[in-house]
Amino acid sequence: MPIPFPFSAVVAQEEMKRSLLIAAIDPSIGGVLVFGDRGTGKSTAIRGLAALLPKMRAVDCVYNCDPEAGEDALCAECRTKRAKGPLKSRMVPVPVVDLPLGATEDRVIGALDLERALTKGEKAFEPGLLARAHRGFLYIDEVNLLEDHLVDSLLDVAASGENLVEREGLSIRHPARFVLVGSGNPEEGELRPQLQDRFGLSVEVKTPQDLPTRMKVVRLRDEFERDPPAFVAKWKRQDGKVRSQIQKARDFLPTVEVPDATLEQAGRLCIKLGTDGLRGELTVIRAARALAALKGDAVVLDAHLVQVAASALRHRLRRDPLDESGSTSRVQRAVGELFGE
Amino acid sequence: MSNPAAIPESAPERPRGEAGVSRWEDAVLAAALMSVDPVGTGGVALRSLAGPVRDQWLTIMRDLQPPGTPMRRIPLHVSDGRLLGGLDLAATLSAGRPVAERGLLVEANGGIVELAMAERIAAGTAARLTMAFDSGEVVLERDGLAMRSPARFAVVALDEGVGDDEGLLNALLDRLAFHQDLTHIRVHEAVACDYDADEILAARALLPAIDVSEAQIEALCSTALALGIPSLRASIFAARAACAAAALDGRTEVTDADLAVAGRLVLAPRATMLPPMEQPPDEPPPPEPEEPDQEQDKGEDQQEPKELEDQVLEAAKAAIPADLLAQLQLGKLRRSRARATGKAGAVQNAPLRGRPAGVLRGEPRAGLRLNVVETLRAAAPWQRLRREEIARFGGESNRIEIRQDDFRITRFKHRSETTTIFVVDASGSSALHRLAEAKGAVELLLADCYVRRDRVALVAFRGQFAEVLLPPTRSLVRAKRSLASLPGGGGTPLASGIDLGMMLADSVKRRGGTPILIIMTDGRANVARDGTGGRARANEDALSAARLVRSVEITSLVIDTSPRPQQQGRDLAVEMGARYLPLPHADATSLTHAVRAAG
Repeated sequence: MPIPFPFSAVVAQEEMKRSLLIAAIDPSIGGVLVFGDRGTGKSTAIRGLAALLPKMRAVDCVYNCDPEAGEDALCAECRTKRAKGPLKSRMVPVPVVDLPLGATEDRVIGALDLERALTKGEKAFEPGLLARAHRGFLYIDEVNLLEDHLVDSLLDVAASGENLVEREGLSIRHPARFVLVGSGNPEEGELRPQLQDRFGLSVEVKTPQDLPTRMKVVRLRDEFERDPPAFVAKWKRQDGKVRSQIQKARDFLPTVEVPDATLEQAGRLCIKLGTDGLRGELTVIRAARALAALKGDAVVLDAHLVQVAASALRHRLRRDPLDESGSTSRVQRAVGELFGE
Repeated sequence: MSNPAAIPESAPERPRGEAGVSRWEDAVLAAALMSVDPVGTGGVALRSLAGPVRDQWLTIMRDLQPPGTPMRRIPLHVSDGRLLGGLDLAATLSAGRPVAERGLLVEANGGIVELAMAERIAAGTAARLTMAFDSGEVVLERDGLAMRSPARFAVVALDEGVGDDEGLLNALLDRLAFHQDLTHIRVHEAVACDYDADEILAARALLPAIDVSEAQIEALCSTALALGIPSLRASIFAARAACAAAALDGRTEVTDADLAVAGRLVLAPRATMLPPMEQPPDEPPPPEPEEPDQEQDKGEDQQEPKELEDQVLEAAKAAIPADLLAQLQLGKLRRSRARATGKAGAVQNAPLRGRPAGVLRGEPRAGLRLNVVETLRAAAPWQRLRREEIARFGGESNRIEIRQDDFRITRFKHRSETTTIFVVDASGSSALHRLAEAKGAVELLLADCYVRRDRVALVAFRGQFAEVLLPPTRSLVRAKRSLASLPGGGGTPLASGIDLGMMLADSVKRRGGTPILIIMTDGRANVARDGTGGRARANEDALSAARLVRSVEITSLVIDTSPRPQQQGRDLAVEMGARYLPLPHADATSLTHAVRAAG
């Protein structure tokens, strides 16, 4: 494993960092899509965040089941075991699983265990990436280049939270709830709207244009390249701070209050923008709540909505190819009209 | 501050960092610097046709590598299994358990990857490469295998592209510090190189001790900004290149000369503009680049970095080819050649691509691929049984017993992708209006393409010739960008437009796609194929171009945009074997419908 660049040392790109933190605080938001310029540290930030996530409690099974989870979120083995008594568990790192381009379907979904079939002549299920990503993050770099048939299986699982495997006479179902994180460059092709819609938040990253920021990026990157372990040690405390921020926000999240007035404003914003369905509304509210938890605010206010509006809604607008203004500015316009910003 | 042209005292007899350095010397220097810091600089993009000059450069580059450096050449149509690794069938069969085969990228760990014909590499292949490149490892999830293997390497991308619309993918270019062009170097200039592998090793030992100062970083970053270089990787590479240049010289201090080298080799090839000049941009460009004298607004007024920046900028400017410099000085933004899709031929792979639509029992014949894993899986459960059978007949077996029944092949559903090519008349006064319509249609189609995965391309003709505004793409972002600014006016070189559209269509066809050609014109040609005026010849040429389209059987549509539909448009459609559609007030929506109907 190469040493990842520390998350806290990623310069600028505030919206991207904030969105990643929000997704880590409330996994139900449904992940983050980071789209934009080359060389802006998209993958760097995502890998950096993966390295500092707080650990989670898990049963010692293939799927890292949550010992406290409901029946339907346990794997078959754990269900059987729990019927006899409480499950034994331990603290493990949150899985952050890479779905690399060129992955074959059998590795993504799971398949017959080749080794056991070859050596013992037994049929056994070998879990794939979706099983490994359960309760954690599934990261797809260059998500817009992912092969169609993989995208289809992914959409299906992301929607239902479980993975059904029907092959070679095996019939297996297992829980697969993960936060989808994707990155890509729009120049290399668009993302299918069905997949785009799966992501809770969507961030556009642009190369910073001001000299001091650019210098800082170059300097930190140079320092890191020259001695990665020393650089990581130097930023350890900063990363630790981010980790405890996430932990605190997660604990605080259930107590954060969303007043009716804020709910109404979120509704108005979505109507104004003509976003389809309720998913946008839900995401705005959840993201605003996670942001409030991150900042230690007990009540979600308009200010929180304003900060997350673009990330939560920009990819849900109906595309008007003849409208020259981008989706980001359309959201900002609507926010400005509604909140008088 | 010393002058960048001055030779630092510690330097050997080789003057470096001078504006007068030959291109060949710079190309060799790039090879040396890449060898000093392969991972830090990423590698070299080498634009050159195959030939003795390129061979000489490659020989030098290989000779510079310390003994034992792995070198791997990756062919254009490398399979995923070979690139990333996978199941080694032979070993698996003989061992009776899954055995992994290392991919090329893993084999190249610690060395150099040469990409042959890199301008034609498929976007997917490039993405697999850049992922390994960025993370320094190959994450393998294939054929029932899961492993991570280190893969840190530099890339030498051989770009045999010709002209502006062929070249490396931006995703690849962005990750290689040095962009060198050997096109205009004559054979006798390509002399031997006076560095050797020992010097490279010595420089590598020095490298960790070398650092760039704050002022030097500022100079490099400001220069990058002044030259309109968007990607931050350029500045990072420039810093690495400056350090490598110092190390190569046996110094631990980065001097102005090193910065000048970085400016020349890393920043100059990426320039898209020049800083504001004293001269108003509408005057003819001077033969010599002028000093930029407008102060960039920089929060604090530091004398030193400013001077440094000027020096780096000068060095960079001196390395920009004269023709480009003239363009930049005229205030023309160099269009960043947004190439997002490669040109790898899909046609050879047609039966092997597309979406796997299940596995069939069958034997691998021409054009069908044996699915090794599925075959092994089919055979696996029977092994004990078969061995016992063999034992009953007194034989002995310790390998996997495969029977004909076990063979599995993957079936692919290959849907040929449609590429709609618009050929738009941008001549004369109403051009802008028509272009706006075409633009609307292209964007509507694109918006419709996400789900259907079709592509569009755009050719415009005006003045004397036609040009490709947008090579086949699915990207709305790119389409919008290339459509944004197209001047209209001038003559109507209809024949050239049809010719170019047909060439595009033909190349789409050769790659296994289905082209649809849409000609939007009023049919009144007045510029012939050779760019000369004259209605009669121009018309004749246009009709003969149209007949060509018919002979290669490309589905086509002629949209007559003249206010009152003319016979000329009809004739053109007849000769082309195309559908004819008079659309005096074509709007984007009805156009889109027409196009769908044509497809």
